[in-house]
Amino acid sequence: MDTESKPSTAARRQFLAGTARMACGVGLLGLGVGLYARHARALPPAAIRPPGALAETDFSAACIRCGMCVRDCPFNILHLAKPEQPLSTGTPYFVARQAPCEMCEDIPCVKACPTGALDHALKDINKSKMGLAVLVDHETCLNFLGLRCDICYRVCPVIDKAITLEPQTNARTGKHTLFIPVVHSDHCTGCGKCEKACPTEIAAIKVFPLYMAKGQLSSHYRLGWVEKEKAGGSLVAPDIEHRYNMPEGMTYESGKGLSSDAVPPAPTSGAAPGSATGLPKALQGGKL
Amino acid sequence: MSAPAKPILRPGAEAIAAKGWLAAHKWLLLRRASQLGILLLFLLGPWFGIWIVKGNLNFSYTLNVLPLADPYVIAQSLLARQVPEKLALTGAAIVLLLYLLVGGRAYCSWVCPVNLVTDFAYWLRVRLGLKGSAHISRPTRYWMLGMTLVVATVTGSIAWEMVNPVSMAHRGLIFGMGLAWAVLLAVFLFDLFVMRHGWCGHLCPVGAFYSLIGSFSLTRVKLPARSACNDCMDCFAVCPEPQVIRPALKAIDGAPPVILETNCTNCGRCIDICSKDVFAFGTRFNSTVVPVAGVASAAPK
Ligand code: SF4
Ligand code: SF4
Ligand code: SF4
Ligand code: SF4
Repeated sequence: MDTESKPSTAARRQFLAGTARMACGVGLLGLGVGLYARHARALPPAAIRPPGALAETDFSAACIRCGMCVRDCPFNILHLAKPEQPLSTGTPYFVARQAPCEMCEDIPCVKACPTGALDHALKDINKSKMGLAVLVDHETCLNFLGLRCDICYRVCPVIDKAITLEPQTNARTGKHTLFIPVVHSDHCTGCGKCEKACPTEIAAIKVFPLYMAKGQLSSHYRLGWVEKEKAGGSLVAPDIEHRYNMPEGMTYESGKGLSSDAVPPAPTSGAAPGSATGLPKALQGGKL
Repeated sequence: MSAPAKPILRPGAEAIAAKGWLAAHKWLLLRRASQLGILLLFLLGPWFGIWIVKGNLNFSYTLNVLPLADPYVIAQSLLARQVPEKLALTGAAIVLLLYLLVGGRAYCSWVCPVNLVTDFAYWLRVRLGLKGSAHISRPTRYWMLGMTLVVATVTGSIAWEMVNPVSMAHRGLIFGMGLAWAVLLAVFLFDLFVMRHGWCGHLCPVGAFYSLIGSFSLTRVKLPARSACNDCMDCFAVCPEPQVIRPALKAIDGAPPVILETNCTNCGRCIDICSKDVFAFGTRFNSTVVPVAGVASAAPK
């Protein structure tokens, strides 16, 4: 190092001041970059990561923004985020309503990823969890309105597992059945085909990143019926038979409906044994 | 966007007179060919459907056999506590070896797309006779480098990639620009009006990272004929890192006639511009003139 004699203290002071100024400037910039990166962690609702993507916190550390996944997607659904978009610059995503994931059996996007930001452990595309479909709008879903649209149900690549149609009485007409599409999170891959196909102006069913779409029970919750099944029987005292408080002389049995105990006005000839008698037809049996 | 191949006003006149225009621009032309050629290789796929190279400068796969990865971005990923798969690590190792061979900051002058922008800004600055420059010291880039590594560690994400003009430019050209052009314009205007060689010479952490590789790299600019120097100062005028020349040229502290300072970008412009052919490419070893201890260190201004 140079050994100067006279102006050394002044020079040193200036050097220190300069260094401090520079360190502060760079430090502030770093703070800005860090905060910006933090903000970009919350994936916006419309942006879905490709199959096998690590959880967002790990993904932003593992993905080197190379776009190999984008290139190897045969359906060209993936994009790299531009700087002005609200997710980490350069990271891959797709927008289900524009072009959903076609769930390639050989998962080329995952194979192409050189870093493992798309987890190479994913071998079965049906196990991927890109997001989760949610039937967000019960007011505009055509099946909720009583139609048999069923499109989301039918286009779903995991048909009858990820979306099922659950019959329900149409309370409005009183005589029809609604077939309510119900999404099952253990099978939904989040590919977005349902959102893409929903024929309404704005999709009634939408795919969201998992963190938005999925709830979670508190860890101490137990589902009684599940526990009972596991244990092979009631976990507490033996089940007590349930009794209804019925008017004098009437009983209610699940599946059979109301019946009267009182000896009815003499069972007439042709009555089938076992069937409730003497009641209006509507009251026999549990269903209308 | 490409920088011009016109003679820079004053510096170079002598060299052109002595060697002819072509010889006085040889390395510059080769360098532009390399920068644009590499860019074109990347663009052949998306533009013409000819897939020789896929990806971008952060990771690319050539003909599905040659992985190349940017060791700087891989380093950030590691600091953010993610260990990449083998392919990316192999790619980073290959790139590391490559630059150990050709010189660390050869990345800057032969590959980086931002260099086209900042070279153009500098050319225009000279053309327009813009004087005056803000003062930020050159080592600031190492603080920037340190900052990006610290931010990666603290946030657990490759945060710098969100704002890095270098990868933004390259990715933008290949995958769609978006507003990345605004960032590039900012770099251009900064270099043009605010600070001479501002971005590449003082701030860019990518360049700083590659300069560290340059501490060990084989290919270096030598000065086999340094005694022929007639002090025309043309090399200082064209060099993007003029401080690297002095120790080797003037044998400061008995420095050997080879530019060991890591921020020399191996652009070869000094070789072109010198009418006395003082400079030539060579290796860091066997520098003939007086073997003196004490490697050339960062030069005074
Ligand atoms: S699974 Fe196929 S369609 Fe879906 S993102 Fe990957 S490559 Fe594209
Ligand atoms: S291939 Fe992997 S590392 Fe590259 S952009 Fe896609 S997810 Fe990121
Ligand atoms: S200093 Fe940075 S921007 Fe300039 S050429 Fe090098 S890597 Fe590119
Ligand atoms: S010393 Fe020569 S090769 Fe090195 S950066 Fe300067 S002009 Fe380029």
